[in-house]
Amino acid sequence: MKQIIGEPGIDLSSDSKMDLKLTRNSESFHKPNSSNHNLNSFNQASQYFPNLSPTNFLSRAENLQQNLKTKSTNSFEPNLNSGMATQNPPLDWDPHAMLSNLSFLEQKIHEVQSLVQSIIDQQAEFSSRPSELATRQQLATADLTCIIIQLISTAGSLLPSIKNTLLSNNPALRQLVNPDFNNNLKCEGLIRNFPETARNSEYEDLLRNLDNEADWMKEPNPLPQSDIVDANPIDEHDLKESDDGDAEREHLPPGSYIVLQLEKEEILAPHTHFCVICGKGFKRDANLRMHMRGHGDEYKTPAALAKPSKEPGSDVHPVTRYSCPFVGCKRNKEHKKFQPLKTILCVKNHYKRSHCDKSYTCSRCHAKKFSVIADLKTHEKHCGRDKWQCSCGTTFSRKDKLFGHVALFQGHTPALPMDEVKASGSGQGNDDMTEDLGGYNGNFASEECLTSMDVKGIDESRAYFSPMNFDGFGALDEFGRGGFDLEDNPFAFIPSGFGQRSGDS
Amino acid sequence: MEMETRMKKRIRVEANTEPSESPFEVLSEEILFLILDLLDSNPLDKKSFSLVSRSFFAVEARHRRSLTPLRPELLPFVLSRYNSISHLNLTLCPYLSDASLSSIASLLGPSLRSINLSGSRSYSHRGIESLANKCFNLEEIDVSNGVELTDEAAAAIGRMSKVERVRMGRCKKVTDLGIGCIAVCCPNLKLLCLKGCVGVTDLGVALIAVKCRKLRSLDVSFTMITKKCLPAIAQLPNLEELCMTGCLGINDKALVTLKQGFKSLQALDMSNCQNISQASVSSILQKNPSLHHLNLSYCSPVNSMLSGLHGVFKLNSIKLDGCHVSTDGLKSLANSCISLKELNLSKCSGVTDEGISVIVAKHKDLVKLDATCCRYITDLSLAAITSSCASLVSLSMESCTKVTCEGFRLIGRHCPKLEELNLTDTDLDDEGLTSLSQCQNLTSLKIGICLKITDEGLIQIGRSCPHLQELDLYRSIGITDKGVSEIARGCSNLETICMSYCTSISDESLKCLSNCARLNTLEIRGCSLVSSVGISAIAARCCNLSKLDIKKCYEINDAAMLSFARFSHNLRQINLSYCSVTDVGVSALASISCLQVVTMLHLSGMSADGLAAALLMWGSLMKVKLHVSFKPFISPVLINRVESRGCMFQWLNKPFQVQLESSEVWKQQSHDIFVE
Repeated sequence: MKQIIGEPGIDLSSDSKMDLKLTRNSESFHKPNSSNHNLNSFNQASQYFPNLSPTNFLSRAENLQQNLKTKSTNSFEPNLNSGMATQNPPLDWDPHAMLSNLSFLEQKIHEVQSLVQSIIDQQAEFSSRPSELATRQQLATADLTCIIIQLISTAGSLLPSIKNTLLSNNPALRQLVNPDFNNNLKCEGLIRNFPETARNSEYEDLLRNLDNEADWMKEPNPLPQSDIVDANPIDEHDLKESDDGDAEREHLPPGSYIVLQLEKEEILAPHTHFCVICGKGFKRDANLRMHMRGHGDEYKTPAALAKPSKEPGSDVHPVTRYSCPFVGCKRNKEHKKFQPLKTILCVKNHYKRSHCDKSYTCSRCHAKKFSVIADLKTHEKHCGRDKWQCSCGTTFSRKDKLFGHVALFQGHTPALPMDEVKASGSGQGNDDMTEDLGGYNGNFASEECLTSMDVKGIDESRAYFSPMNFDGFGALDEFGRGGFDLEDNPFAFIPSGFGQRSGDS
Repeated sequence: MEMETRMKKRIRVEANTEPSESPFEVLSEEILFLILDLLDSNPLDKKSFSLVSRSFFAVEARHRRSLTPLRPELLPFVLSRYNSISHLNLTLCPYLSDASLSSIASLLGPSLRSINLSGSRSYSHRGIESLANKCFNLEEIDVSNGVELTDEAAAAIGRMSKVERVRMGRCKKVTDLGIGCIAVCCPNLKLLCLKGCVGVTDLGVALIAVKCRKLRSLDVSFTMITKKCLPAIAQLPNLEELCMTGCLGINDKALVTLKQGFKSLQALDMSNCQNISQASVSSILQKNPSLHHLNLSYCSPVNSMLSGLHGVFKLNSIKLDGCHVSTDGLKSLANSCISLKELNLSKCSGVTDEGISVIVAKHKDLVKLDATCCRYITDLSLAAITSSCASLVSLSMESCTKVTCEGFRLIGRHCPKLEELNLTDTDLDDEGLTSLSQCQNLTSLKIGICLKITDEGLIQIGRSCPHLQELDLYRSIGITDKGVSEIARGCSNLETICMSYCTSISDESLKCLSNCARLNTLEIRGCSLVSSVGISAIAARCCNLSKLDIKKCYEINDAAMLSFARFSHNLRQINLSYCSVTDVGVSALASISCLQVVTMLHLSGMSADGLAAALLMWGSLMKVKLHVSFKPFISPVLINRVESRGCMFQWLNKPFQVQLESSEVWKQQSHDIFVE
């Protein structure tokens, strides 16, 4: 999982060719248990620079560079693994670190005082040379800014809401990685030489984003020296990605946010939460936490079962947006008019809808296809049922619209639903068949059988139940018997005026 | 039969003059057709006619235009004989398959103009499709009660392009889509009944109104229509009759906001529309000045519907059954209408003598007045009615208990044109009845539950009312054989007589009544003196008998059933509960080919096996009521078989009741119920 922190500060670090990889696993950020990377690395750079003479302008330029570096490392230290923090409650702070921080602050305050004093002193001196004055003021302002940032960040580290990282609590690991970083940083710092112009623009960026990054300032690393160099090859790739991210940095709105980009495989994976012990996957973190209970009592504590986002301090999350991994997509961060996606769910649905095959087909109409199963279900709810069709083939979503159409055009009739028509079609076939079987004898054969069977068993002498004895001249036999023997009348006509419906006879 | 005897006499005369040729060949077909035209009154005459000779038989077959068959299984043979039938009424064939319909379609083809399937079940849209394919001259179709019919059936009706009258009441599964097909494809539609088609909404009705501009009569009762379709209906140029019974979606707002009235509407039925009030009524009447008939029955039981009417209306007839009608309302109605002919105030609360007087004083042409259950009106009302409305033809004063004999005497004196009179449950006595005998045109007289009348009054009626067709003597216990025999002698046209619980009636009455050849309905429930002898006499001579109620005539036994089986071929409905009938009698009944509705409870001699045998052979049975105790003894297979033929079983659990309660006690009890 890669992530890019779309924030100008990164540019400073990468411009200065520092191997600062501000990568952060969002899973570990939110859900500690799902972290696959045990070496969930983050680089921290914190440099303590000794006091420089405020009046020495030549050295101040160099100092600025150093301060800048310090600033960048301090202010962009990654968000520490908060999940671990919950499991390891806030530790007692190191009084030594505290002391050094305080003395650092004192030093800085003196620096600011002397800087401002020098400006006041030299105002009269440079009044005759305005251009030189302007240059110095510029330098002084930049210096001031740098110092203020350092002040804020160090002062913030003294606050009681400090978070301890896994690494900061693990002195062995810290010592293991520290020298490496320090060497790196030092040589980089020595080699590096900023052109004057570039520096100015960077200061402006810095100032502009100062307010926006205030939340970063609030969470400084209590142990500035700790750092880890990440050896994970995926993170090498991440670095590349973050370089790509730099290219489009100018198009981001001033209200900056973190842009995360998930890989295609991650988007399409059925499970997003995995058990670190047995590797079983889950769709929901809650299910994973329920699962974890089976792995031991330590997972049964209320803290382990609690919803991770409810933990203290997490409400100061930076605004996070997501990018689609499909290059060329408008939702991809490289797009000129990049529009970020709000949530991971949006990413999943967007990616499936836009860049995947539509594999779910509607079982009603067999025409509409969907790649998101929820879309299919929504469609199936309405498919066919609410289709109001006219005989001309036009369909309407509402019945009143259909009737308005039918009323408007001559000869158009409402079409009956498909299944009914099908049933009628088969019925028509049967109908024709019986008619083809030849006249009425065939048609009535079954009924005749029933009736005569019913009757003959009981009273065979009643010949009139048998249809064969009654046709045209069968009746004449009655006549032959003479009289008006009404007894064997097979059907009597109801007298007219009887009842309501026989008035037509 | 009379006709035939006459015919035979004539033929005998002809035979004497020309012995060489068959006497029947002399008559040309035109003459025979003319004779047949005159034979319409009694179907049996035609049957006799057709039995005269082969040529008569053929002529009768060619002459017949309408047919009401009793059994669908014989239809092919009947139709091959009568192949020029244009009106086919299949209401008596409960079981009618698609195959039957397709056979009818192929046999009759284009000659069929009208078909009635309202009493049939078990046919589907396929049968209607075959009709639509073959009978392209079909003008009228009635598929009411086809509760299983779908939109497909409606679409098939739509394919009958010449159809003008479509009735599809209670086709509950038909929706707007089917109605839409009819609307688009049947531009000649003049009558459409969608009563109780609950699937039809405003859209379908509005489309009908848009497409079928020739529509004259529209029935949208008991549907879910609202005000949305009313503007479209109002635009119909030829609509004369609109029925919106029980449309709860129609309210005052719908009718008051309707911009214009219905263009040519004459009859409007809004009964049971409980959401309309007096505001709607005035609005309707003012916007539709040509309205003649208005039915507002059971619209508003509390508030007067008629107060504050303004304007002049051409209303002829108004029905206000079950509404609250105040005196002011009746005054306002009397003043705003030009000439009322028919007024129905049955079960109206608030009707007073003053209200009636105002109405009749203003509308002297009143022909029909129904004041059933207007319990506050007295002799004063009757005095007003009789003095003003000399042309009154029909009067109903059932349960007007405050009216006395004096009032009824006025009726006889002043209303000579009276044809229908209902004085059930009043204080009528012999004197009043004697006075009523002056109404010589009486065709229907209902004097049930008049405990004071005796033979004396009834004899007067029998002597002076020769046109009487219907007589109701229910629980008028003063009547004996003497009175009934006088009626039988004087009123030879009698068709319906009810003498239930007239316990003094015996076989003698029935023997006399058997002279009334037209008798078709006889109710002698609870006449325990009547035996098989009397009822057999009726069976033998009244061959039109179709409805019979002999419940609790304990003396009637199998002998009567055997004579029914032998003579009563038109018997359609019988109630023989409590009779002394055994398996023999029941199986005899089962052989009557058109007996369809039977109630058999507490038959002492009927066994389960006998019942099963009878059911098996009873092909015409449509509805049978049996005691629930028989149910376990009849095999479910048999029940299924009988049900598949179109028969409905009703299993009742009524206790056996030996004693008859006296009519005095019964009347007192029923009045007590009202008072409570």
